[in-house]
Amino acid sequence: MSRIPHALAPAAALAIAAGCAAPALAQYSDDAVRIGFVTDISGTYSDNDGQGGVEAIKMAIEDFGGTVNGKKIEYMYADHLNKVDLAASTSREWFDRRGMDMLVGGANSGVGLALAKLSADKKKPFFAVTAATARLTNEECTPYTVHYAYDTVSVARGTAGAIVDEGGKTWAFLTADYAFGASLQDEATKVVEAKGGKVLAAIKHPMGTSQNFSTLLLQAQASRAQILALATNGEDLINAVKSANEFGVSRTMKMAAVLTHITEVHALGLEQTQGMYLTDGWYWDQSEASREWSKRFFEKRKKMPTSMQAADYSSVLTYLKAVQAAGTDDGDAVMKQLKSTRIHDMYTDDGFIRADGRMVYDMFLRQVKSPQESKYPWDYYKTVRAIPGDEAFTTRAETKCSLWK
Amino acid sequence: MMEIFGVPLPVLWAQLLLGLVNGSFYAMMSLGLAIIFGLLNVINLSHGALYMLGAFFTWMGLNYLGLNYWAMLVLAPLAVALVGVVVERTMLRHLYRLDHMYGLLFMIGLSHFLEGLMRSFYGVSGKSYSAPAALSGATDLGFMIMPNYRGWVVAASLAMCLLTWFVIERTRLGAYLRAGTENPKLVEAFGINVPRMVTLTYGFGVALAGLAGVLAAPVVQVTPMMGANLIVVVFAVVVIGGLNSILGAIVAGLVLGVVESLAGVYYPEASATVVFVIMAIVLMLRPAGLFGREA
Repeated sequence: MSRIPHALAPAAALAIAAGCAAPALAQYSDDAVRIGFVTDISGTYSDNDGQGGVEAIKMAIEDFGGTVNGKKIEYMYADHLNKVDLAASTSREWFDRRGMDMLVGGANSGVGLALAKLSADKKKPFFAVTAATARLTNEECTPYTVHYAYDTVSVARGTAGAIVDEGGKTWAFLTADYAFGASLQDEATKVVEAKGGKVLAAIKHPMGTSQNFSTLLLQAQASRAQILALATNGEDLINAVKSANEFGVSRTMKMAAVLTHITEVHALGLEQTQGMYLTDGWYWDQSEASREWSKRFFEKRKKMPTSMQAADYSSVLTYLKAVQAAGTDDGDAVMKQLKSTRIHDMYTDDGFIRADGRMVYDMFLRQVKSPQESKYPWDYYKTVRAIPGDEAFTTRAETKCSLWK
Repeated sequence: MMEIFGVPLPVLWAQLLLGLVNGSFYAMMSLGLAIIFGLLNVINLSHGALYMLGAFFTWMGLNYLGLNYWAMLVLAPLAVALVGVVVERTMLRHLYRLDHMYGLLFMIGLSHFLEGLMRSFYGVSGKSYSAPAALSGATDLGFMIMPNYRGWVVAASLAMCLLTWFVIERTRLGAYLRAGTENPKLVEAFGINVPRMVTLTYGFGVALAGLAGVLAAPVVQVTPMMGANLIVVVFAVVVIGGLNSILGAIVAGLVLGVVESLAGVYYPEASATVVFVIMAIVLMLRPAGLFGREA
């Protein structure tokens, strides 16, 4: 596709025919910068991203001033209902008919992979924020994908590595029986085995197991492993933790949730989750800047933001800064700009976007506080240690992404 | 240690017991469904949503009104029954004359409405509810640690199931109910108000779902979708037991709970599907269900 979008092609042709250059027209398609956001607003992941994510992006646009170099910033969002086809058709429509310049893809890895492909076809930046699969910047990397926040590799490495280092050598997995759970388990297993640990049991559970976790948990316990690793999420994670406490499994085994969001800790309460390790890139109470932003978010939503919602905000802000610096909303120019700047904001002190599209920054190993340690509402985590960005994510030696080989 | 098919006996005992615990939820849920189907000829697909409502009412009672578990054990099912009665009087009633499909669609719509309503207020992660102090803690049985609360769930739901069975099969009131479904015109001729009886029966059926919701509140996270996960299995249980058989619903509920649990030992991936495999087999061999009367 040329740098001049279809809608403006006749106008540009006219301008050229008249013999006068029209640089402003070519730099900003349709005279506006349009941002689209599709995520799960009503389903399983809606607490982690959802309406809160919609609000976070609104805040980013407002904080930026509503315009870039005098061009209006427009925002559209939609619920993808966790349906890949719906997410793809909505986004395609936005690209083709509504002149969308940049797409943020929220929850759901399947959706994320489909949108990455679509955005690459359209040569427009795609920011994957809540989708966890590391394939986005590995086997299926594209020049237009930016993977913000966490991925399956970083959370598994952070948590598993720390636990083995502390002496947790034998592991039993309780794993969600679909792609997401399997990749979490694979990544964690690699770390455990590399550090001399052993996986004694790996039990798969179907989605929506609810009260029947007890059966599977007792089997995990029968393996006599020290660590009960929960490679699952959402409601299943919540119910697994609840049952583990109820049946005393948590007394003989140490629990580790490979991927946890603050909403799950909030829903379960500290009594049930205390002592659990987790890896995440952001926590509302981590710095002055994050606290200030979170308080503003709280005013609007009456809930503290999740790391995903903060990443939604940061990713859009980062994009807008790049558009401003590049002086255009052209996809290739903006991507070039994005990959040559450092990110300093309320989300990270120092981040950058690698050739494979991974936004690299320090992740943090955290531990859930006990009820006694928690001094105020939403005071849930203590930081155990920072995991430097170049250790946390897929390394150059491991990558299968042709853009970074 | 003694083993059966490679599984140590204590583990097996533990799973049998757990199966009974889960089965008692199935039994109470499917009992409500069977009563409603038997007497109203309505497939109550909103049963899961009403179970969820029972659990949420329990949580609300504690957090908004300061009412403890024991108070809500009575009040929440009554509140769910009230919702049911209002639904039956104002909406469901008009669908009896029509094809089954209308009632079914209405029920699906009602479920989505109730689930969406709760989700907009409480989000998908829902709320956590703790077991009452008197029932918290666990007993070490040697082969497993049994939470006291789960023991109470089994006892309470079995008692409720037996009571319901007794009332319907062995009392005069139950006889009216059964007669009313066989031949409403004739029963009305004896001076019995059949429409009111139908309303109350529906109210009672959904109250059982509400009660199961109260019992489940401390066991699972109280979330808007908790019923949607359960209802599909419960329907399979009712079909296996026989759609119109009260005893069938109870027995099938307990047995399938145990079967599911044992499947979890030998092949965890199948634990969610085993019930449906059994359903398919039963439908092929005995379409009316194990305890159902052939029409």
